[in-house]
Amino acid sequence: MISFLIKRLTFGLFVLLSLSLFVFFLFFVAPGDPARVVAGDKAPEAQLQQVRENLGLDRPMPEQYLRFVTRAAQGDLGFSYRNRQPVTDLIVRRIPVTVSLVFGGVLFWLALGVPIGIISARNPGTWKDRLGQVFILLGLSFPTFVLGMLALYTLYFLPRTAGFTLFPPGGYAPFLENPAKWAWHLALPWTTLALVVAAIYARLTRGQLLQVLGEDYIRTARAKGLTERRVVYRHGMRATLTPLVTQLGADIAVLLGGVIVIEQVFGLQGVGALAVQAVQNQDRPIIIGVVMLGGLFIVTTNLIVDLLYAALDPRVR
Amino acid sequence: MPLIEARNISIRIPTEDGVVHAARNLSFTVEAGSLFGIAGESGSGKSVLIQAIMGLLPQAEIEGECLFQGQDLLAMSQDELRALRGRQIGMVFQDPLSSLHPYYSIGRQITEVIHTHEDVSKAEARRRAAEMLEKVGIVNAAARLDDFPHQFSGGMRQRVMIAMALILEPPLIFADEPTTALDVTVQAQIMELLKRMCDELGVTIVMITHDLGLLSSVADRVMILYAGHRLELGPAGAVFGTPAHPYTQGLLLSSPGISGPDEALMSIPGRPPSLLATPRGCIFAPRCPQAQDICRTPPPVREYADGSAALCHFEPVPHDMEALSHGDRMADATGAAPLVSIRGLTKTYRIASGFARTRELQVIKGIDLDVIRGETLGLVGESGCGKSTLARIVAGLEPATGGEVNFDGTRLSDVSGQDWRELRKRVQIVFQDPYGSLNPRRRVGAIIGAPLKIHGLAQGAALKDEVRRLMGLVGLNPEHYNRFPNEFSGGQRQRIGIARALALKPDLMIFDEPVSALDVSIQAQILNLIRELQDELNLTSLFISHDLTVVRHMCDRIAVMNGGQIIELEEAGKIFAAPREEYTRTLLAASHVPPRPATPEHRELIATLPQQGAV
Repeated sequence: MISFLIKRLTFGLFVLLSLSLFVFFLFFVAPGDPARVVAGDKAPEAQLQQVRENLGLDRPMPEQYLRFVTRAAQGDLGFSYRNRQPVTDLIVRRIPVTVSLVFGGVLFWLALGVPIGIISARNPGTWKDRLGQVFILLGLSFPTFVLGMLALYTLYFLPRTAGFTLFPPGGYAPFLENPAKWAWHLALPWTTLALVVAAIYARLTRGQLLQVLGEDYIRTARAKGLTERRVVYRHGMRATLTPLVTQLGADIAVLLGGVIVIEQVFGLQGVGALAVQAVQNQDRPIIIGVVMLGGLFIVTTNLIVDLLYAALDPRVR
Repeated sequence: MPLIEARNISIRIPTEDGVVHAARNLSFTVEAGSLFGIAGESGSGKSVLIQAIMGLLPQAEIEGECLFQGQDLLAMSQDELRALRGRQIGMVFQDPLSSLHPYYSIGRQITEVIHTHEDVSKAEARRRAAEMLEKVGIVNAAARLDDFPHQFSGGMRQRVMIAMALILEPPLIFADEPTTALDVTVQAQIMELLKRMCDELGVTIVMITHDLGLLSSVADRVMILYAGHRLELGPAGAVFGTPAHPYTQGLLLSSPGISGPDEALMSIPGRPPSLLATPRGCIFAPRCPQAQDICRTPPPVREYADGSAALCHFEPVPHDMEALSHGDRMADATGAAPLVSIRGLTKTYRIASGFARTRELQVIKGIDLDVIRGETLGLVGESGCGKSTLARIVAGLEPATGGEVNFDGTRLSDVSGQDWRELRKRVQIVFQDPYGSLNPRRRVGAIIGAPLKIHGLAQGAALKDEVRRLMGLVGLNPEHYNRFPNEFSGGQRQRIGIARALALKPDLMIFDEPVSALDVSIQAQILNLIRELQDELNLTSLFISHDLTVVRHMCDRIAVMNGGQIIELEEAGKIFAAPREEYTRTLLAASHVPPRPATPEHRELIATLPQQGAV
């Protein structure tokens, strides 16, 4: 177990290093002069030279990379070209928003998608199953921003014109200050995120559970005289859990790196929104920081999923 | 009063292709304390019957009645049936690996039965589970309660399954192919355990199997099913000794164990009918050697004084029991140079697993073996003995770890690059699973012609002609050149596999369990084909099987393998007559051969009943 952990951790570090190398050089060869971004368009050449020296941009490339990695390892991702603030601070400030959005969304989409999948799988071919399939198809084919707009229109705009506020149009209230307000603000983004992703989970649950319910050990469970409820939940869902956890790990990891569209639609200042602004401003340190953060999330969640796997499946232990 | 009284059970299962008639008009009784056997080939409806009675096939439409202790199971609600399952009727299934839940410990799976039906404490349930496991032969059971199914061997898993079925001491056990997935020696132990447990606890067993040999050794009464019809029913002695139905006769004669080594097996031509549209008359008529015009009308049930009943127009007529002779094909081994010569062969696998350290597993531990030109050498042994690995090394599919293999004077370890191509041409393999070993997306013509194409031996029209010739040779219709594998039955697919292997006229043919996935009646057809081809083409072959009766029938010499070594190598006849090694004796003792059926001089017919419900 310990040697396995060490192996996976080493591998994760290797992935992060490769990723940093990749983004770093990608931005090095990209067109556009960072010094000009920092100093402004009309700055004279002498000033640009000064800026380059300050930022270390005049140093050889390997040296710049080495300096970047050593600092990054200590949590220092440099300063924003735009407003000179430390990148780490900028990102850390955004994380609570994205994390709130993602974890609330996870709960919502699991609560929606998994039961729909179970109902479909227990009644294959019936109207219940068909209804589930329609839900899956709609969820998979609706673009996120359309759903987001629809949610805003029906749950914010219409009530607003009728004279009362059902939900706010967006924004964020910190959880620690007022949990109720926090949830109220996030309700629409959560619903939108959940509707989009729940379809994937409904489909996955349906497919996996259908397959598991055809297994010999399910027949054994029925032969023991268990109730159908127990057969489906204790024996069927137990085996369906593993693929669900795998999918969940991958999804959470990707979303934590920034839920770009939803953050834009609901005006949430999360990591995704930060990334978009940074790209528009050509603010390279921030872009690199956000990419590294995404990589870190993916490596960590993968590690967690592997450990969960061992906990869930006795054959892997 | 009998424990089970089934009357006129018919089962229909609606599917996308139409209605499957899985059972028609089945009646039988099972006496308390007896072992009732239901035999039939795959698709005969034997498993469906049991599962439908138990309410495990919700989509099935069942008619008739099935009285269990006086209550009609078929008239019960799902809740009533559920209360009975596990409590009054236990079930044991075929494959103990897939039938046990992989994620729960065996203790939990067994105590779950107790908790479902009784209100007892956790500790008490665990105590009872451990006690039952101890009884079925799990050593140190209390400590193993928290182990998972994958931590047990196949035989031990089946013991767990039996313990689970017997934990509440139900009066009845349904055992669906309880020993089929197991090795022969383990099969014997499990069967003995099942019998002993049921005698001790007074449990009645209804056992489903395709293995007539096994059934003849344990059953009190048997029912022979074919395409959902009860072709024969009666005391085991009568059914196996003097079968009244031509199908039963044919099945028994198809078993390789009862024919002499140089006789062709009696095989039943054709294959079982589709259950979607069954013929109006006798269901077996299209394959029956004795069929007459009258067989196009529904046959009556004929009951005999010895207690057996058969669904046939005729009283048993003396069957032509004369076996066809293959002629003596014992190769003259003296002085001939061996085609394959193996010396000191070893093979070690390195196994890397997720968390544990890499381990080494020695599969072959020093083997010396010669395969003489023109002979058929049998390799028998239980799963994991290394027989398939040995074959793969000889075929050049895997390198040996140590020792050497000489093929016609060439050392395999010296062969490189281009020479391998030449050598591969000379060794061909027929694989076990005719379903998995053919690419479903390629046409049969392309599959059989592939070796010729790869080695550039034939093209265009010549290739097509050669493929057609090969198809004819193995008994396939050459017209079916353009079909896909899924349009063929299991037996026909194995013919395709044989034709493909023959395409290159190999010097050595390796048959890796060529018939173990096939039904008895089909198995006999394929074994006969292989024998004919061997005689005709003078093949040298290595024949691998776990089934002693098959090997005995097919081979000149037999090598018995155990634990990666050859423990006994002898001429086929001698090894059966006088096995030297203890292990060989165990293997022999464990394999059951059904008795050779006879036709009685006179048999008293006591009743002829029109088949109820027949049109």
